[in-house]
Parts: sequence; C-alpha cells; structure tokens
Amino acid sequence: MEIWRLPISASQRGKLISAGYTSLSSLSSISSSDLARELTVSESEAMNILKVASHSRGSETSNASCSIVEGAQSAWDMLHDEESLMHITTSSADLDNILGGGIHCKEVTEIGWSSLSLIVNSVLKYKLTTAFGSESIIFMLIGGVPGIGKTQLGIQIAVNVQIPNDFGGLGGKAIYIDTEGSFMVERAFQIAEACIEDMSEYNRFLRKDFQECKIKMLPQDILENIFYFRICSYTEQIALINYLDKFLSEHKDVDMSLWSQVKVIVVDSVTFHFRQDFDDMALRTRVLSGMALKLMNLAKRFSLAVVLLNQVTTKHTEASFQLVLALGDSWSHTCTNRIVLYWNGNERYAYIDKSPSLRSASAAYSVTARGIRNSSSSCKRIKMM
Amino acid sequence: MANKLISEIPLPKSIANVFSARNISTAKDALSLTEFELMELLDVGLTEVRSALSQISEIVAPPYQTALSLMEQRFQNEHLGGHFPTGLKGLDAALCGGIPFGVLTELVGPAGIGKTQFCLKLSLLASMPTNYGGLDGRVIYIDVESKFSSRRLLEIGLRSFPEIFQMKEMAQEMAGRILVLRPTSLAEFTLSLEQIKVSLLQNQVKMLVIDSMAALVSGEHEQGARRQQTLSWPISFIK
Repeated sequence: MEIWRLPISASQRGKLISAGYTSLSSLSSISSSDLARELTVSESEAMNILKVASHSRGSETSNASCSIVEGAQSAWDMLHDEESLMHITTSSADLDNILGGGIHCKEVTEIGWSSLSLIVNSVLKYKLTTAFGSESIIFMLIGGVPGIGKTQLGIQIAVNVQIPNDFGGLGGKAIYIDTEGSFMVERAFQIAEACIEDMSEYNRFLRKDFQECKIKMLPQDILENIFYFRICSYTEQIALINYLDKFLSEHKDVDMSLWSQVKVIVVDSVTFHFRQDFDDMALRTRVLSGMALKLMNLAKRFSLAVVLLNQVTTKHTEASFQLVLALGDSWSHTCTNRIVLYWNGNERYAYIDKSPSLRSASAAYSVTARGIRNSSSSCKRIKMM
Repeated sequence: MANKLISEIPLPKSIANVFSARNISTAKDALSLTEFELMELLDVGLTEVRSALSQISEIVAPPYQTALSLMEQRFQNEHLGGHFPTGLKGLDAALCGGIPFGVLTELVGPAGIGKTQFCLKLSLLASMPTNYGGLDGRVIYIDVESKFSSRRLLEIGLRSFPEIFQMKEMAQEMAGRILVLRPTSLAEFTLSLEQIKVSLLQNQVKMLVIDSMAALVSGEHEQGARRQQTLSWPISFIK
C-alpha cells in the first residue's frame, strides 16, 4: 500500500513524499521524533501518521492461524451465518417465494399475511429456504410507477418486521424515512390491525392443542415501534443517514433484548430530492453512492435490512419508451438487488430485475384494505368458468 | 434546516475556522461534498472530517416521531383529525375522513366532469365556520384558466347554506375569504409562490387550490423534458 492511499491530510501526505517516504515499509523503522524532525511537524502529528501507517500495514500481513486478510470472513462461515438469518415476510406468499422467503436482514433490499393457508405456507417455505442457505439480500431497491403500491409495500414491511419470533417474524422495530410525505398514519393503523387479526387467526388454527395464548399486541403498539422521519430536502436526507449511525447505537444500548432493536430501514423514496435542484450531475452521483455505502455499512453493522423505494422515469430509446429507475445507471449499480413493480393488464406484478443470488422471477400481488396480499387472479378464473 | 449556518453549530474552533476559510458556510455546502473531497478541501484528517460531519448531521437531521405519536398528534392538534371532510360520504370514508392536511391531493378527470365545480365547493366549505363543517380559514385559489365564477360560488353557497348566505354581510365575509390569483404564465406563478409562502402563515390560509396544473404548462412553448423540469420545482416547493 502506498502513501497516497493513507487517510491523512493532503499537506501531511505532501510532506511525507517530499521527505522521501513513498511506501509504507519506509515508515516501519522510523521513530516518531525522527519523523517529526524530518517533516517539521509536531510530535503528536508524527505519531498519528505512524499509527495510521501501521494500522494499514497490519491489514495486509498474512496471519498463519487467522484469516488471510483482516476483517474478511471465509465463505463457509458466511454460509453458516446466512442460514441462521431471519426473513421479513412481505405478506404475499408469491412475493416471498421469489424473494427466497422474504426480505433478509443484513442486506439492503430495495421494495402480507394473506389468508390463513398462505400464512402457514410462507412460514413453512421460510424454513425450507433457509435450509438451502439462500444468500441473504441486504440491499434492495424497489422501483415502480406512481400508484403501483411502493408506499404500501413499505408500510407493510415496517409493520411485518414487528411480527414476534413465535410467528416466524423478527420482532424488531422499523425506521421509516419519508421524503415525499406519502406516509398515511391511518393506513398504517389499518395494516397493523389486519396483521394482528391474521396473527390471531393463525394462532387459533395452529395452536389448538396449546393454551390459548392471546395476542397481546395492539395496533397502537405496532405504530409505536415505527420511527418516522420526515425529510424536506436532500441536505436533511444526507444528514439523517449520517445521524442514523448514532441513533442506532444509542437505541441498541438502551434495549438489550433482541425484541426491541431496529431491524429494517425503509426509505420512501430515496431519489425524490435528488431529481430537482442538483446542477452538478457528477456531484450528485458521488453523493448518492456515498449515501448508498453508508446505508450498506449500517445494514452490516446493525444486522438490518434496508429497503429503498424509487421512482421510475421513461427513457426515450429510438421510438419506444422504456421504464427505468430514476437517477440513471450509476445509482442502479450501487444497489445489489432490484425489484421492479409494474402493471400487467389489471394486475400488479413484482419482478426481480437484478440480484446476485436469486433467479429472475415475477410474482403477482395486490393491494387490499388489509395491505399487500396475494393477488386473487386464480380465484377470478374459477369464477368465470 | 438545510441552510443552517456552520457558525451556529458547536464545532471545535479549529474546524469551524477552516470551514469558513474555505467558504463553506451552510450545512448544505458541507454535506453536499463527500468525505474525501472535504478532506482535500480543508486539509484535515479523516477522523476530524468525520466527527465534524457527524456533529453537523446530528443537528440538521430532522427529529423522529413514532407513528403512534404522529397519529395522536393528528387527533389532538389538527382540527377534524387531520382530514377535511368533503361532505361526500363515500369519498370521505375512502380517504379516512377526508382530504388530508399536509399533502398534495390531485383531482384528475376528463373535460366537463366537474373538477372546477368540485374546487369551488371545497373552497366554499373551507371558508365556512367550523360548526358548519368548514375550516374557518382563508383559501387561495389560483385560477389559470379563468374559470372561477364568483356568481356560481354564491349560488352554491345560497343553496347549500341558505341560513348564512342569505344575510348579505355573512355572504360577503365568506366570499371575502377566498382570494383568487390569476397568473398568466408559469414564471409569474413561480414568483407568486414565494409570496404565497409568506402569507400562508400570516393570514390563516387553510387551503390552496390550483386550477389547473396542466393549463400552466400548456401555455409554455417548451417541449418535452424541459416542461417537466420547469414544473418540478414549483411542485416540490408546494410540497
């Protein structure tokens, strides 16, 4: 590793190079007071430089017993970790299916409890898929035309993450970052109510033998575990994502139990404020990718799922219009997983556009008064016959 | 919040001086650059940049609310539970009480279906006192197509609320609460938005009606993408 890659200020770097220290190895044998004298900096600054240099060097030396590169995990260990990860169901069994069980934690996922039988199905499928060690989705981008149900999906996820462990959920809290003002509390209340009703039905159906353990959750409790941030400009958006680090660590310290940690961050929608106002396109791309990296960082450190909702625009190619996610290709590259929501006739479909591990597949879903559910198209066909 | 001055944020003196020396005066400027760019610009180390950014971010970031407190707030503070009932039972039920406050609601429809009539009725409702289901506030009506007819408004008032509108002073008072603006171009409209923003807070304006957005743009001669661009700023401003 060369000097110019060290995270030190430009003037310090300049002094190092002009003094003849071009590689890390040259710094290994010098003492801080000598360095201070040669570079004409203070001793504490010199010590700092040496500390940074040794830290960078340490990550490169091979270690016989431990991992070859510090901070990396062997693929086998990762598989083991992924298998024990839990999923957040989207409440539509078809959608869960193509997602490999639901939205996983520790990844950023961009994009409900349906009727009784489907609840059972999705829980069973969750168990099956984890046995195969499906790779977890950390970072997911869900894009769609206006009115397709992105906000509904976001609210459904924020409610579903709170499903207790006994019912196959994560029992965690949610952070909902609203940039457009489309979060309706009454709707969240409706979805929360429906979720609790489905849970009690499931309870009654499956646990007939056991003691009747009533669901003690109220819709108000679910609403209480959704942290809502309203953002009015891109500066606030950047500031908030920087601040989330501190917010999450504070929250983690206060409540030690697994129950009350934040498990998902939903951003609705991530690119709204960046579409107007920014004159410098290159800067916009840099800021956005910086933001995406920070979110990925948060996802890994706190083991949460990050779901980003995005708008779509039409791209003019030759003579046709093509729907693409807003803000161009560069932003699309930063997200590892992408789901596109679209209309097909009268039905809503979700299509996995890009994923490192999941197959491209599409599933139909519908938005009902109770939230996101399986689309009932099969029932329609039977009725027509 | 975005334009908060760096000087007002409690940063360590040395960093604050460097920020001002490099002409980064608002939080917006500081947060628009990436960490490395700031390092290059300010000539300080990564840890200092990071800690300065985290302090700035903490202050600029909006506070959080749980969804529950949001709902409670709606019911307690905001009049009528955060929604403005339109008087159409089916619509109000579907909208969870009525047209929500604090968001943009768009009325869409083919020509002749009654959009302007709807707007007139809503403006009237908004100006009515609360015991008649109104908001007891002012309405700013931006009439691009010159469709606003005060005679029709009074007719609606007479038929719907005869007890009030038959008295001339009351009718005058109610109608007086509806202020009509007639911008002739998008540029004029955009300019007047700034003015409206100021007067919104001062004059108890409870509703803003724009009739119609499409007319604003179709009057312009620019084509394609530029049209969308010119509209997007006013829209986000209104939000």
